[in-house]
Amino acid sequence: MKLRLAFCLLFLVSSVQAQTLRIGLAEDPDILDPSLARTFVGRIVFASLCDKLFDLDEKLAIVPQLATGYEWSADQKSLVIKLRSGVTFHDGEKFDAAAVKFNLERHKSMPGSNRRGELAVMSGVDVVDAQTVRLNLSAPFAPLLAVLTDRSGMMVSPKAAAAAGEKFGAAPVCSGPFRFVERVAQDRIVVERFANYWNKGAINFERIVYTPIVDATVRLANLRSGQFDFIERMAPSDVPGLKSDSRFKVARIVEIGYQGITINVGKSDQAQKNPLGKDPRVREAFELSLDRGAIVQVAMDGEAEVGNQWVAPTNRYYGKSAPIPKRDVARAKKLLAEAGVSNPSFTLMTPTTSDAQRIAQVVQAMAKEAGFDVKIQSTEFATSLNLADKGQFDAYMLAWSGRADPDGNLHTMLACKGPTNYAGYCKQDVEALITESRTSLDPAKRAQAYDRIAAQVSKDRPVIYLYHRNWLWAHNAKLTGLRTVPDGMVRVQGLKMN
Amino acid sequence: MGKYLARRLASILPTLFFVTVLIFGLQQLLPGDAAVVLAGEDQDPGVIAHLREKLHLDKPFPVRYAYWLGGVVQGDLGESLRIQKPVTELIVEKLPVTIQLAVMAMLIALVIGITAGVVSAVLKGTAWDYAANIFALWGLSTPNFWLGIMLILLFSVQLGWLPASGYVSPFEDLKANLAAMIMPAFVLGNAIAAVLMRHTRSAMLQVLNSDYVRTARAKGLHEHVVVLKHALRNALVPIITLGALEFGTLLSGAVLTEQVFSIPGFGKLIVDAVFNRDYAVVQGVVLFTATAYITLNLLADLAYFLVNPRMRG
Amino acid sequence: MLGLAFVVMFILMGLLAPWIAPHDPLATSWSAIRKAPSVAHLFGTDEIGRDVLSRVLWGARASLLAGVVSVCISLALGLPIGLLAGYLGGWTDGLISRATDAMLACPFLILAIALAAFLGPSLTNAMIAIGISATPIFIRLTRAAVLSVKVEDYVEAARAVGNPHLRIVLRHILPNILAPLIVQATLAIAAAVIAEASLSFLGLGQQPPAPSWGSMLNTAKNYIEQAPWMAIWPGASIFLLVLSFNLLGDGLRDALDPRHS
Repeated sequence: MKLRLAFCLLFLVSSVQAQTLRIGLAEDPDILDPSLARTFVGRIVFASLCDKLFDLDEKLAIVPQLATGYEWSADQKSLVIKLRSGVTFHDGEKFDAAAVKFNLERHKSMPGSNRRGELAVMSGVDVVDAQTVRLNLSAPFAPLLAVLTDRSGMMVSPKAAAAAGEKFGAAPVCSGPFRFVERVAQDRIVVERFANYWNKGAINFERIVYTPIVDATVRLANLRSGQFDFIERMAPSDVPGLKSDSRFKVARIVEIGYQGITINVGKSDQAQKNPLGKDPRVREAFELSLDRGAIVQVAMDGEAEVGNQWVAPTNRYYGKSAPIPKRDVARAKKLLAEAGVSNPSFTLMTPTTSDAQRIAQVVQAMAKEAGFDVKIQSTEFATSLNLADKGQFDAYMLAWSGRADPDGNLHTMLACKGPTNYAGYCKQDVEALITESRTSLDPAKRAQAYDRIAAQVSKDRPVIYLYHRNWLWAHNAKLTGLRTVPDGMVRVQGLKMN
Repeated sequence: MGKYLARRLASILPTLFFVTVLIFGLQQLLPGDAAVVLAGEDQDPGVIAHLREKLHLDKPFPVRYAYWLGGVVQGDLGESLRIQKPVTELIVEKLPVTIQLAVMAMLIALVIGITAGVVSAVLKGTAWDYAANIFALWGLSTPNFWLGIMLILLFSVQLGWLPASGYVSPFEDLKANLAAMIMPAFVLGNAIAAVLMRHTRSAMLQVLNSDYVRTARAKGLHEHVVVLKHALRNALVPIITLGALEFGTLLSGAVLTEQVFSIPGFGKLIVDAVFNRDYAVVQGVVLFTATAYITLNLLADLAYFLVNPRMRG
Repeated sequence: MLGLAFVVMFILMGLLAPWIAPHDPLATSWSAIRKAPSVAHLFGTDEIGRDVLSRVLWGARASLLAGVVSVCISLALGLPIGLLAGYLGGWTDGLISRATDAMLACPFLILAIALAAFLGPSLTNAMIAIGISATPIFIRLTRAAVLSVKVEDYVEAARAVGNPHLRIVLRHILPNILAPLIVQATLAIAAAVIAEASLSFLGLGQQPPAPSWGSMLNTAKNYIEQAPWMAIWPGASIFLLVLSFNLLGDGLRDALDPRHS
């Protein structure tokens, strides 16, 4: 009897351990409030906490999650969304049309909300019936559904949100498969299985513990020694070493973001003081001096896809009329001679991370062969944002984590009044095309608009896009059901430890 | 005694005042607008304006300082804007980690440092003495972060004996906790052991030449009794004082060591906050550790004063 | 004097780097990424195919410069302020002492990091940041030395005959407090070399592609498993240089300070 009890206990203990999924994150997330949140890594945690109206699949198609279907009005200025029934929040409150209205209005009205920009065109929300809402828009807005696959589409419990006010992020209450348990800053975020989850059949873990470890080498060492089951963003140089170890697997997906060099072409008068900002021929020469394939091989160990636009060449909205230019040092030199500056010099503002510095040094060495004198100015991230905002830079190495809709990778950087338009780029024809691309719901028309934008932008070069990284995930080989969606989020539905 | 104590205590308040000015001033000098950093990737102008107002960034410097100091006096160190947690709560969370690391490092330092110091003083001029001195020079000259990397390379990557990094609470798993803390504690203890060894050696040499040790020897006591009971006990006073100061330094966080080993203590908290421009966290935590340092300093002084009657004159 | 010999060796290494380095420390080679030590590259190559040996040799410049210049800054600030506090005493001394205590209570590296971030990352600014952060030690030391010298007979005598204050300080006090300061300065160089490496390790020091031991370590830590040679050599160099200055400081102390043996 005693023995049996002991055996049962032992079994219990081991099965509890097996049901905890331990994930190593690359950064410590910020506030866990969908309205206020602003980091990429925070979204990874949200993936287990908060369900969204819509989700993305592996091919970036939009699929329903808390919604069951949608319909655009004829004038494309309102969107009717049908909602899933039988969904409850972690605090037992019911999810319905009123809750959706509350959430969307909270995104728009909460002081400091980061969602206001992407929901700017939404003028109001009507509750049609308990399971139906209508979003009214001031103008047609193609990226809306994609926006609702991200934090804008996340639904929190209205009751909990009203009670907690701006402190909601300290203990978020949503309707996702896991509920919030505790958070120790820089140490761990713990969530546990939500018993009343609408899709609970897809959930095979009792708990998930997210632990931020910034150093990629250390994160990997922890996976190897068994402290983690899964780590996101492993270093490309570590991939070959892990491949030979059968206990682990590497998964990779090309990101929806990009890595590039933003050039000050009109942000401030500094643009005119520098050959790179002043003369498009010098920018062309700079681009021609770079060998994207070699950059990816040398600086990223091949774990990236070369590109020259805000979306990867495999994206349906990639502009085919502006293909990736080949390296041509002779032509670069010729262009510089034409521009009358055979040895142009400029500073490249670079984050202090060793990854960014490595890429900058490779770029520097390549550009030198065409006669460029690139000065790397490594700048702390906080300072660099300010300098970029004031236009006090020549060129700025900047990455964008990416949005599901191409508009999210384009509008805020290259529209005249875009908040992250550090290049200071403003062209009326491009502006009109950007507006066209986001107000048309017809994919063919949008693709056409993007093609024309790409053709122009690749001539003006406010941003020289270099490549799209691979999201590199490493995990215990026993972990199955991993879905590789290009947004880099770790979807917990279907994940299982065998 | 009373006069000395009063004078010593009276000097604390102005020092603390300077500390607040220093850390607040330094924070505000940092380039980069906190609101811009906190606004994240999207850089929504509305968000930036809101944060600026919330942080009082629109107010002039003295007003902001007054806001902060007013809170500090009432025990409110503000809130981390990045993760919406009160700074006092963060301090309470990190304090056990930092203290554990400091205590372990100190133990390692005391054991190695005092032993080596005693051995080299007693066996002055022998090979042991030279070995201990070389060890001390090694400890003083190794950059902490490099030693950390080398230890990881050896014990975690090559031998696989210890986890590379990360922190486990001792209440969850004591063995894992010790395994994770031993390397960083050694890295920190190594440097302090060197300082302690040098001081122990010179203090011991002084005491061993003193009259009462000679008397004890003359009485025919065993050499190890003389060394341990008479000499070491007297030499310990300055060593303990020094130890208290070193402990105070450890409390302010082992910045790079915590970075290398991913230990979530004060050092990592402060550095991350500096880079994220999370003003309240930097100010609150540095103020806390500076106060701890000043207090330990005071206690060390008092201890020294009590044990050492000559100073009372 | 082993320390002196080593310091001279490092200075020569830095000065002669252009002639003794086998390769250009900045020359990249896409075909020699992270190659293990070989005859062509005795210390191996780094993450973008540069020769580690050449970078270590050139890196001596940054470390030596950082050590010496930042301590000069500390001395230039700390000596006059310490003299002022010690000589004048009273209200000035109280103010300076409290401010010094306050700076000492804040973690040295945090001060240096904040200052370096404020000034912007570069080797010059790192030196300034380290110099300022290390100043309070020199203030305190100078002040203590002045206090003990001030009451000596010859100073009293100089004052009695009506010498101006500046003359007393420069002619009678300063020469008598230099010995401990020189010893401390030598040891402080050792600490400053580590501090520069630490700032570069955090990306706040020497700018790429110029070599610095600290920034080489910063990069190397990402490849510790695949390319350990990238971490071993710059680290060992820092260790040796710091060791030399510590030895030199010890030697100077024995020579200059008769009380300490």
